[in-house]
Amino acid sequence: MNELAITVIGPDRTGIVADVSEALAGVGANLSDSTMTRLRGHFAMTLICTGPAAEDVEKALVPLKGVLTTVRAVAPEADADVAGDPYLVSVHGADRLGIVAAVTRVVAAAGGNITDLTTRLTGPLYVLIAEVDVPPGGADGLAAQLAVAAQELGVEVTLRRAESDVL
Amino acid sequence: MSDALADWKPDVLGVEGRVLPVVTAPAGVLSSEGAEVDPADPAIVQLAADLVATMRVSPGCVGLAAPQVGVGARVFVVDVTEHPKTVTAHGTFVLCNARVVEASRWRPGREGCMSVPDLTGDVKRAGRVVVEAVLPGTGEPVRLTTDAFEARALQHEIDHCAGKLFLDRVAGAHAIYQRKVYL
Repeated sequence: MNELAITVIGPDRTGIVADVSEALAGVGANLSDSTMTRLRGHFAMTLICTGPAAEDVEKALVPLKGVLTTVRAVAPEADADVAGDPYLVSVHGADRLGIVAAVTRVVAAAGGNITDLTTRLTGPLYVLIAEVDVPPGGADGLAAQLAVAAQELGVEVTLRRAESDVL
Repeated sequence: MSDALADWKPDVLGVEGRVLPVVTAPAGVLSSEGAEVDPADPAIVQLAADLVATMRVSPGCVGLAAPQVGVGARVFVVDVTEHPKTVTAHGTFVLCNARVVEASRWRPGREGCMSVPDLTGDVKRAGRVVVEAVLPGTGEPVRLTTDAFEARALQHEIDHCAGKLFLDRVAGAHAIYQRKVYL
């Protein structure tokens, strides 16, 4: 079974998800994990599919007008065991170049693995929210390093434990 | 002590409130811890009246803290009376040096902020709180027990006084939202 990594991005319009997923279904590509969201008026889809060869999927997506697409065969998931505690990082402040780079470099240096991240720019305000698996016992050190980076960037940062209530 | 709050009306401040411009993020004052205040200080009494006046001219506003009008002080106004999610409400009131002394019934909910006008976020807050504070002017201590939306509003404003925004508490990377309609 082929596993494919597919990205589609284009100006947001009604029916874009239906068109893409219909084209994928038409060639037997089965969507497993995906995220689809609107980013400043562009609709962005990142998908993992299984099924056909990459060329067949590429062909199926050609008729879609006004979107950029990529299709790549990827190795099936190599699931490394998560050995960390879930944390959330919030950063907000005046927009400037390099906020994400500086903050994520600090996280990486502490062995923290980012599992999800969103940024938003609204007016002059830049906001970054990241979900991070932090190595056991590493949170205090990471918080201190983040505070240093935030000071240099002139932004606010908080690191806090992510709650997951199992119901 | 709670009777003091039941009888409290902005009129008792005895000064005319001025409508002040609301500060939006990123602004340093929103991220700095507010100072404890002397509730009898005439400047604090004026600030209390100004917060009430500014809240009242702001559509949909259920609370406003001093840092949001550019003053790094632990003072805020709340009035959730008209809000559909309100259960218990204590009318319009201004508190100084407030702190949460008991919190329970934690629940997620979506909230916005006049100082972050373009975003909302999902934040877990206590659905029942006990807050201790003093009243502006008299300095009379109050102990307020409340729930639901008034509890959320109090926690949001107390956070402002500590230099925290809802952005510092959102529940996850997908828990912030671009606001479509302002209210």
